[in-house]
Parts: sequence; C-alpha cells; structure tokens
Amino acid sequence: MEAKSAGQALSQNELCNDAGSMATTDTPDDANVVVEVHNLRKTYGSFVALDGVSFDIHRGETFALLGPNGAGKSTTIEILEGYRQRTSGEARVLGVDPGIGGLPWRAQLGIVLQSTGETGNVTVRELLTQFAGYYPAPRDVDEVIASVGLREKDKTRIGKLSGGQRRRVDVALGIIGNPALLFLDEPTTGFDPEARRQFWGLIRSLKASGTSILLTTHYLDEAAQLGDRAAVIAGGRLIDIGKIDEIGGAASRMPVVRWTDATGRRREERTPEPGRAVAALVAEAGGEPRDIEIARPTLEDVYLSLIGADSDDAYDSEPVEEVRA
Amino acid sequence: MTATATLPTFSPARSLALGIRRVPFELKMYFRAGDQVFFTFLFPTLIYSLFAAVFSDQELPGELTMATYYLPGMIAGAILLSGVQNLASDIAVEKSDGTLKRLGGSPLSPVSYFIGKLGQVVVTSVLQIGLLVGVAVLAFGAQLPTTAEAWGTIAWVYVLGIAACAFAGIALSAVPRSGKTATAVIIPIVLVLQFISGVYLQFSMLPSWLQTTSGLFPVRWMAQGLRSAFLPESWAAQEPTGSWDLWLVALNLGLWIIAALVLSRLTFRWIHKDR
Repeated sequence: MEAKSAGQALSQNELCNDAGSMATTDTPDDANVVVEVHNLRKTYGSFVALDGVSFDIHRGETFALLGPNGAGKSTTIEILEGYRQRTSGEARVLGVDPGIGGLPWRAQLGIVLQSTGETGNVTVRELLTQFAGYYPAPRDVDEVIASVGLREKDKTRIGKLSGGQRRRVDVALGIIGNPALLFLDEPTTGFDPEARRQFWGLIRSLKASGTSILLTTHYLDEAAQLGDRAAVIAGGRLIDIGKIDEIGGAASRMPVVRWTDATGRRREERTPEPGRAVAALVAEAGGEPRDIEIARPTLEDVYLSLIGADSDDAYDSEPVEEVRA
Repeated sequence: MTATATLPTFSPARSLALGIRRVPFELKMYFRAGDQVFFTFLFPTLIYSLFAAVFSDQELPGELTMATYYLPGMIAGAILLSGVQNLASDIAVEKSDGTLKRLGGSPLSPVSYFIGKLGQVVVTSVLQIGLLVGVAVLAFGAQLPTTAEAWGTIAWVYVLGIAACAFAGIALSAVPRSGKTATAVIIPIVLVLQFISGVYLQFSMLPSWLQTTSGLFPVRWMAQGLRSAFLPESWAAQEPTGSWDLWLVALNLGLWIIAALVLSRLTFRWIHKDR
C-alpha cells in the first residue's frame, strides 16, 4: 500500500491517512507487525518534538528512520525503547506498550544507543560475557566478537579501543541477547568505509536470520543498502514513508539528463524518457552532445528534496527545466 | 491496538543470581580504577600510618597508645569511604558515562545492579579494614579487643554502619550533575564529616556544638561504638554523656538505613527520565 502511482505528490493529509490506515488495517493480533506507532506525540512544555507520527514495522523488515538533526528520530526511537514516555498516541513494540514494558520484554530487544560510553576498564570479552548472562537465550560470545571484527581485541580494555572499535562493542552488546527487534541509532558514526562495509555485512546476516531492525542513520547510502522501507521525518512530522526504492514518489526519482549546450552552459532536464531526450539532443546538435550524462537520483537526492534542502548546487546556474510526465 | 501480551515475569531468584554474578565484575572494575583504590581503599591505612607514626611516642591515660586510640575512628572512616564516597561517585559516574542507560536497556533489574554494588562494598570494605587493622597491629603495635562482647559490638556496628553508608552513598549519587563533578561534590562532604566526627581529631576535644552537629550523621556514632570495643572502659567518661551510649549508636544507624533506603528508592533512575 505504500507504493505510489507515478508522479503522485503526497500532501501531508494524504500521508496521514495513508499511514493511519496502515496502522488500523493490520489486525490487532497481527504477528507480522513488530512495531506499531499511531499518532505519536511528544511535547516538552510548549515545544513539540513529535507531532502525530504513525508507522508500522513488519517482522523481518529493516526500517530506516531518516531526517535532519532535531527532526525527532531519536525521540521516536527512545520512546520505542522505553527510555522516554510519549505525551499521547499509541505505541506497541513486540505487542507491548514500551512505556510499561518489563524485563522479559527488554530481553527480546537489542539496543544500540546513539552515544557510546563506558568506564572502560573491563575488556571486550569480560563486558560481553557479563551482558550475555542477562539474557535468557544469548548468542555465543566468541561468535559475536568475531562478527563485529574484534577477535584481535577481545582481551583489550574498552578504554584502550579507538572510537570505531568502541562503536563495534556497542553493536556487539546490541546483538548479544539474540534480539527479535534491534534498534540501531546511527550505528556507523565514526566508522571508516571498510568498517562500514563489514558492518553492513553483519546487519545483512542478522536480517537473513529474521531479526527486525529499526535503523536511524545520517548516511543515506547506508539506508539504501540495508533498508527495506524508510520513513522521513522533519520537524516532528512524517514527510513520507515507503519502500526504499519508491520513497519520494516517481517524480522525485525521475532521471536527469545533463549536458553542456553550444554556448557552454551546463543544462539539465528531468524526464521519464531519458533515452528519447538524449536522442533529441543528438538530433539537435547534429552529433554527440558535450558532457552528456543520465543520472538517476540517489536516495540522498530524494531525501534532500523531501526535506526541502537544495540537493544539487553544482548545477544551479540555470533554472531547472522540468518535463512532467 | 494490540492488547498487551502476557509475558512471563522474571523471578526474584533471577534478580538475586544476576546480582551475585555482578559482584566479581564490580570488584574487577573497582580494583582496576587507580583513583578509587588510592582515595577510597588505601586512604584510611595511609592516613592512619601517618598519624600513628607522628604521635608514636605519646602515651594516653589507661596505658593507651595513639596507635590503638586512632584505630576505631579510622575504621569508622573506612566504612564511610567504602560506602558513601565509593558508591556516590561510582554511581554518579556510571550515570553520566552511559553505563546506567545501557543497563536500563537490558533485562537486568536495578535490584541486581544494587546487589552487585553492595557486594562490592562489603568485600572491599572488609579487605580494607583487614589491611588497616593488620598494619596497625604489625607495624604500630595497636591493641585489639580481647573479649567476645567487644568483637560482637564491632560486628554489629560494622553491619549497620556499612548498610547506612552504602544506602547514603546511593542516595547521594543523585546529587552531582555530572560524573566529572562527582568527586568534587562528594569528597569535601566526606572529609568534613570525618573531621567533625572524631576520625582524625580526638572527639572529646571538639566544641560541643560541633559534637551535636556531627551527632546527626552516622560516622560519629560508628566511631563511638567502635571506641567502646577498642578503648578501656575508663574512656567512656570522655564521651559527651560520659557513657558509650550504644543504644544511640544503633538508633542513629538504624534511622540512617531507613532514611537513606527510602531516599535512594525515590531518587534512583537508570537515566534522568523525562515526563
């Protein structure tokens, strides 16, 4: 139902209806829904941090929550983790109200917080072994250490690890309990590109074993790599929600043809038929157009246009000429 | 939406088992933290050695040496440090560095966390007092009590004292605004209490208004109870009422246990939870 017809621009109203109907059409005892959020609001005094956010996460799905700093991502995730109380609206995590979830409920969750921190004078293995004991069915400590790439560092005190290595300890602590639902709040901040790729491999193997994941990230390529669906929030409101390769609607994913015209100006044209546009340019120029390229907007381009940021200042000398379908 | 699913609740036995499991882990962290080992664990022994060495040639009435005189006060100081200073700064730091937030997201009960802390306090304070008494006897010739009654008094004063100080430490951990300021907030409180409670200075030399003030807090009473075990009976006359007043020792420590327990129950949060 989150698929949108080509070129359809969703208004906020339609969105709410869409998201709202998603929440209500799922039957209450739907075992395939691990997170249900309906009309979630959170206010601090007169400041509205979340203003009626609704979405569902299905079993086995990786759901990316995207948005600028201060959009309400962490507030949402911390409400679902049980750290914060919501002001109003409904929330169910694994069928339980996160505001009152007890220890057996927590035992099914894995939480990787945004900020890392630990006194640091225990080793990686000591800390993981300690935490493994808190869960009824933990994963094997050696296996978890290996899966986050810390086998060489398992006897190193956490205080002596680099920032990226500590982050891997956070991730290891998040998965040690073999969670049904894993919260990842900006998990790869501070990772080098290679570590990030390794981390993606780890998350894919967790997905393959059926773990449901709620991910927030600043890296749109990460969301595109890992996410099945995404929601974009800004200013505490849901701007869009949908499959990762459909979010933003067809219009925002329309390919762009760029070239340099006879006068040396950089030009671009958005068109659903880039091949035809290129053919027309070839015919017009009587040969190969200069610097011709056809680009499909990345998730990052779509995201930036959704939150109203200028996604493309490299080519802003010329007003963008759009061809609508 | 969904009716709240009925989940099995974890048993109190699980909380106890996990709490006991945390004790060795807590001890490992305690002894690996150099500042903690120095300012809490070794401090009473170091200060005692200093005092006993400086005043080694002083003879007190009743054939009492300074080495013996200082020992009960210093043990009371050790109990205070192990309970209040250790736990208040330890928990405040764990609150600010994210340890508590992480534990709060795990299926560990706060009860287990505190069993781990109390276990750490009991083990470290017993070792600490053992070291202090060992040094006092072997290096400075301090006299230990010889009657079972005196040892019984030491035992109950220790148990009540360590409980009162540990709970007070948990309650006090809510005060510092960050881990960095924790020791700056807590050490002066603990230091002043030791000075006005007869740990470093002879209690009978303090002005009565200071004696009364210190009477509100547990250290003075722990020191007095322990003096009753270590000093000759004739020294009871030096106490404010001219007697050991052991029932007042028990009363004060008992009230502190209850008050600090209630206060910690009311103030402790895994994190600073908002509305």
